[in-house]
Amino acid sequence: MLSFLAERRVELAGLVVQHLILVLLSTAVAVAIGVPVGILLTRKRRLARPVLAVAGVLQTIPSLALFGFLIPLPFVGGIGARTAIVALVLYALLPIVRNTYTGILQVDPAVSEAATGLGMTDGERLRLVELPLALPVVLAGVRIAAVVSVGTATIAAAVGAGGLGTYVFRGIATVDTRLILAGAVPAAILALAVDGLLARVERSHRPARAAGLLAAFLVASLLGLAWSERADSRHPRVVVGSKNFTEQVVLGEILAAALEDRGFLVDRRLNLGGTTLCHEAVRSGHIDVYVEYTGTALTDILGRPAHGDREAVLREVRAGYAPLGLTVAAPLGFNNTFALVTRPETSRRLGLRRLSDLAPHAESLRVGLFGEFIERADGLPGLMKTYGFRLAVPPTEMDLGLLYTALLADRVDVVVGSATDGLIAANDLVVLEDDRHYFPPYDAVPVVNRASLSAHPGIEAALAALAGRLDEAAMRRLNLAVDGAHRSPAAVAREFLRASAPSPR
Amino acid sequence: MTPAATLADVTKRFPGGALALDHLSLSVPQGQILVLLGTSGSGKTTALKTINRLVHVDGGQVTVLGRDVQTWDPILLRRSIGYVIQEVGLLPHLTVGENVAIVPRLLGWDVARRIAWARKLLELVGLDPDRFASARPRALSGGERQRAGLARALGADPPLLLMDEPFGALDPLTRRRLQDEFKALQRRLGKTVVLVTHDVPEALRLGDRVAVMHAGRVVQEGTAQEIREKPDAGFVSDFLAAALP
Repeated sequence: MLSFLAERRVELAGLVVQHLILVLLSTAVAVAIGVPVGILLTRKRRLARPVLAVAGVLQTIPSLALFGFLIPLPFVGGIGARTAIVALVLYALLPIVRNTYTGILQVDPAVSEAATGLGMTDGERLRLVELPLALPVVLAGVRIAAVVSVGTATIAAAVGAGGLGTYVFRGIATVDTRLILAGAVPAAILALAVDGLLARVERSHRPARAAGLLAAFLVASLLGLAWSERADSRHPRVVVGSKNFTEQVVLGEILAAALEDRGFLVDRRLNLGGTTLCHEAVRSGHIDVYVEYTGTALTDILGRPAHGDREAVLREVRAGYAPLGLTVAAPLGFNNTFALVTRPETSRRLGLRRLSDLAPHAESLRVGLFGEFIERADGLPGLMKTYGFRLAVPPTEMDLGLLYTALLADRVDVVVGSATDGLIAANDLVVLEDDRHYFPPYDAVPVVNRASLSAHPGIEAALAALAGRLDEAAMRRLNLAVDGAHRSPAAVAREFLRASAPSPR
Repeated sequence: MTPAATLADVTKRFPGGALALDHLSLSVPQGQILVLLGTSGSGKTTALKTINRLVHVDGGQVTVLGRDVQTWDPILLRRSIGYVIQEVGLLPHLTVGENVAIVPRLLGWDVARRIAWARKLLELVGLDPDRFASARPRALSGGERQRAGLARALGADPPLLLMDEPFGALDPLTRRRLQDEFKALQRRLGKTVVLVTHDVPEALRLGDRVAVMHAGRVVQEGTAQEIREKPDAGFVSDFLAAALP
């Protein structure tokens, strides 16, 4: 574990800094909005209940849903830190607004009245009496917001904002406990540190001065960071995205490395939270390119019925994407169709080899799948209809990366994975054959924003050079190198590009 | 001489509908101490607060320095009236010196002038400025806090002081000493004072005039001597008899 951390210390330090920036910025913005709102509520008491209710509801919105809303929006949306900060601010508002409001209201009414009796205007009373006396309570609210933010900021990685969530997501995607811990443990330490620091401010003899000093220090360090960031953001960059599972991350790294080999500066926004997120991001130009699967594009994004003809599906997707401003490049070579996977002993015991073998045993099987599969047009409902089975136990929804962990731990009997999952080969798992050809083809194709193609003409050639270079076996090997041997996706991608480079004639 | 303040036929209803002040009339003579004496709930504190507009009257008229308080800017009105209340009046997050200088601060005096003035006021009420100016209110004894509260009320050198149970929370010995000192100070400075108390000996000791209040009305008014020697039959006699040995 120590050598594991030592290897990654530079990256880890970078992620910690990113994480801190996310927390600081979002907490600062939440204070700038929340404290005035809390003050306003003490002046317009009738608004208090509805406003606090809204702030409470905001906290209950799941983060991925919130990102889904935010990404297409102008100004606040997009891919990256801004969207993450907007979400974190929304989550942080409640404790700050509520504590400001209750902090001011709990000031002894006799003290407030004495202040009025001395001839203070409303503003003077607020500034000289109520806010100073409410300060410990307000600060407690800020502390809660900041500490919670340290935890929630891990989800920022889902919109490519970085932070320690990057390790957590990557670790989950590649079933690598060390990576998960490398993200989760520093996040917990950060939370404790932030809590301790703010508790000291709260308890100091002059909380106002301490809070002011801390704020000044933070603003200064943020300005410094912004300045240093600015320096290297001048060159035009190509932004590569990916969804949040191993294969996608590897493909993202392959695209990125291939582009870098042609002299592009590349920003990696890998591990984005899912199909919709990636699609919205490439459509709105927040990323330039990511790899999609033709079947997913056809049914999930374009909302058209699935069918089995690979060429026709590709044509249909190209035609459907053109009006969206998206260009579909040549397929990379492999067809990553859905795979229902089971343990070898289960397969032997029940005689499960094909999907049509499922029907007699469906009553007793525990199925694990990722949420998307329940909703998708080419997902579970159609599958059950085609193969004529019903599940007695409702399927368990899990993150993609946790499915195999659950299967190997005998928590579920069948999981919905994909044909190129490296863990299938590594554990001799059995893929049930799609004997009635239910699943449409899932050819991997880079999807590029057309505006990016004209801005960076070299992209087209770089993508063309990748066409047809990855078959299913190769993809499964790359996935296994990451999931099984715990090698970094970037290294695996580099190695693949070197090994499969077309030999010079 | 015009009275420093008057209440004429003043009524005040509480939200529940009960009458807190029932056609109350009072006159506060300049340079004297008028004591409003009564049990809790008699309306004495409410009456006091109509003078600095902390309570808005429903009927009748309140004047301060010859002018209807409705025509005063309430902020200006309050800054021209000193206000002393029991215990809680000092702002706990400010030093004693800052508390004493708060009204001058609101009036925009510069820091140096404020500090010098606060030290002078602390001396006036018998608090050593070197010891107390930078102390926090919670470090003070009850008597010291009352002295500081009085110093603060004198902050803008107002002609009129309103005092609500200023000596209420003190032990008998300290209370007695502060009462005597206060009376001497009032004589020296010539301030007009309206003082609210439920303590009969205090009322009789401090008041040039005493108005006994009951159920939102003045039931008897006169000099301290008149009240002591010729209390009206009924409430006033009972109240005095219960309080005096």
